[in-house]
Amino acid sequence: MANIITRRSILGAGAGLAALGAGGQAFAQSRIRTAPASPPNLPIENGASLRMLRPVRFVQPDEEVFRANCARFTQQTGVQVRVDFVGWEDITQQTAVTANTGAGPDLIIGFNEAPHIYADKLVELTDIAEYIGTKYRGWLTLAQRYGKRHGTNNWIGLPFGASGGPLVWRKSAVNEAGYQAPPDDHAGFLDLCRKLKANNKPPGFALGNAVGDGNGFANWLVWSHGGYLVDENNNVAINSRNTIEALNYLRDLYPTFVPGTIAWGDISNNRAYAANELFLTSNGVSLYFALKNDPATRHIADDTEHTLMPKGRLTQSPMAGLTLNAMVFRHSRFPNAAKALLTFLMETEQYDPWLQANLGYWSQPLEAYSDSAVWDSDPKVRIFKDVMRTEFYIGYKGPISQASAAANADYIMVQMCASVASGQATPEAAAREAERRAARFFRRR
Amino acid sequence: MSATAAETWRRRAAEQNWLVRLFDNKAFLIVMCLLPAVGLLTVFLTYPLGLGVWLAFTDTTIGQRGVFVGLENFEFLFSDPIFWNAVFFSVFYTGVATIGKFALGLWLALLLNNHLPFKSFLRAIILLPWIVPTVLSAIAFWWIYDPQFSIISWVLIELGLRETNVDFINTAWPARWSLIWANIWRGIPFVAISLLAGLQTISPSLYEAAMLDGATAWQRFRYVTFPMLLPILAIVMTFSIIFTFTDFQLVYAITRGGPVNSTHLLATLAFQRGIPGGQLGEGAAIAVSMVPFLVFATLFSYFALARRKWQQGETND
Repeated sequence: MANIITRRSILGAGAGLAALGAGGQAFAQSRIRTAPASPPNLPIENGASLRMLRPVRFVQPDEEVFRANCARFTQQTGVQVRVDFVGWEDITQQTAVTANTGAGPDLIIGFNEAPHIYADKLVELTDIAEYIGTKYRGWLTLAQRYGKRHGTNNWIGLPFGASGGPLVWRKSAVNEAGYQAPPDDHAGFLDLCRKLKANNKPPGFALGNAVGDGNGFANWLVWSHGGYLVDENNNVAINSRNTIEALNYLRDLYPTFVPGTIAWGDISNNRAYAANELFLTSNGVSLYFALKNDPATRHIADDTEHTLMPKGRLTQSPMAGLTLNAMVFRHSRFPNAAKALLTFLMETEQYDPWLQANLGYWSQPLEAYSDSAVWDSDPKVRIFKDVMRTEFYIGYKGPISQASAAANADYIMVQMCASVASGQATPEAAAREAERRAARFFRRR
Repeated sequence: MSATAAETWRRRAAEQNWLVRLFDNKAFLIVMCLLPAVGLLTVFLTYPLGLGVWLAFTDTTIGQRGVFVGLENFEFLFSDPIFWNAVFFSVFYTGVATIGKFALGLWLALLLNNHLPFKSFLRAIILLPWIVPTVLSAIAFWWIYDPQFSIISWVLIELGLRETNVDFINTAWPARWSLIWANIWRGIPFVAISLLAGLQTISPSLYEAAMLDGATAWQRFRYVTFPMLLPILAIVMTFSIIFTFTDFQLVYAITRGGPVNSTHLLATLAFQRGIPGGQLGEGAAIAVSMVPFLVFATLFSYFALARRKWQQGETND
């Protein structure tokens, strides 16, 4: 899921933004249907000022709209807001330092599990989360999972949106293989991949140390066979019959891949796809926009479709979105102002323009925003509308914890798959090795 | 008169106030002169090193203070095949790359020591791989080794020598050799230029004497050049081994330790476990476990190559 931003995409989105500013607000407001709800009484502290960290943008308008929203908050409440945009790889470390030293920004928009790691350093957000949830007709499943403390209704994070990686495929190649769309069952999917390979239009999924794409594929493989890393009680459960079946399936599937996928990073499949060497993969929406905005690859974008990963044995396609998750720190001297800011940013007047500015890179956490105009902007992007409507998350099905995040960052699942695909290990040995490594992360402290 | 002289002498003694006397004190001067260096070393070397060693004995993670767990991290690592694989590859990588760098570097130095046209220009060119920031050359090699877009694969296929792309980094052994080659490429200039400096200190009269005695080119190299080069060879080799053993950037930029952990060096494994994996204690333990290897390598270079009497200014008998 590399973020490729071209000048043209920025210009195009900027023009759309200008139109929005000119009178799109009333339009946007009319589309988002809200339910009556009374906001919690949060008197903003005198002389409050806020400092916020968030990950850097995908597209330029993301930052512009976000800053404009914060400026509007300052205008309406008098609270100064300073937003710093931090590189994706640095935000985890900066959150750790902020939490441990009890100094620094008042609020941080981090990723996925961050609020669960620092739960005891955070202000509970239940009041505003319930208000927003009621008003915007409910939080989607993934938002509830990442927002609430495990097994309770106490909100410690406020999810802002998520980005997913479904199947990306060339319509012409899939049709040539005799399919209208990639089938939803394992056998059919394998058959499609074999035919693609036979037609010299191979599929390929990252099996290298790629945080986004590698984990996305490995998780899909295991989950769609009914396996999982840890069970509900946080016991390591990767060494299961289902996992071994998944790995046996991979032994059949891997020979259809374009060579080299074990060495792939997050960017590799984007490049191979754009170079007409890869015809079926999984990726975020960034790949499609990169192709669409470059005249040289425009025809590939026109031939590209998105569908969900095959369901396999499940009733729902397993895919865990990368989730933006906001948290307010206890060391903040202005917790009410911080909560008011988060609430303000989630309201239609601010959130919908932001969602539209992101062109589908981020998908909403709230039911009401499913009606946002962004999902009509390009039919090929519409599939990303439901990224947060999923039961699956990093560390499924245990409680969200640092251990599940670390197991993900240490590529336990990816390397289990890669060792089988490369023939280095039997499925049984690979599952045992994954169990050994996971047990280390999930050991009781 | 004598009274005046005595008075003058006494006045001068009185002018030596306590500050002057303090600065005349040898012990004080030693402390003062050493203080900045000791301070810098303490703050920027001893403290981080000490903290790293301490962390190795705790179960600290990113986000949580750890408690002392004794040797638990090391016990886990010793039972961890990924760790042993990293130990193996670190030693193998260092050994093979060092031999390669010294063989090619020495050869290059001998060539450059001859009178060539554009001598200075050539020497400057030779340094290029070493001058370029490692990350940049690593990214260049990453492209060269790319499974789909490798220029080497492209050339071979265009020439009709191959049908498929070359597998540089998709399986374990090709990936290891590819990384070693990248490291050799990067390390040659350092060795070549250092040894060239050593070669130029050898007095031409020694060669003249050898030629008068009828020594062949090989004999001149074996009995004049090589012994005279040994001291600088020892130093350069020590540095080279340390740099290679602690290498990080090349491996991290090209393979990230893959495929399936087969190219992790101890440094990249320590980073992977400590920062992205969040297990600071375990990462520190991996880093600490590099120390014995480095001490051994340094002692080996020093004792095996550098204990010549004439290096201490005595004659070699």
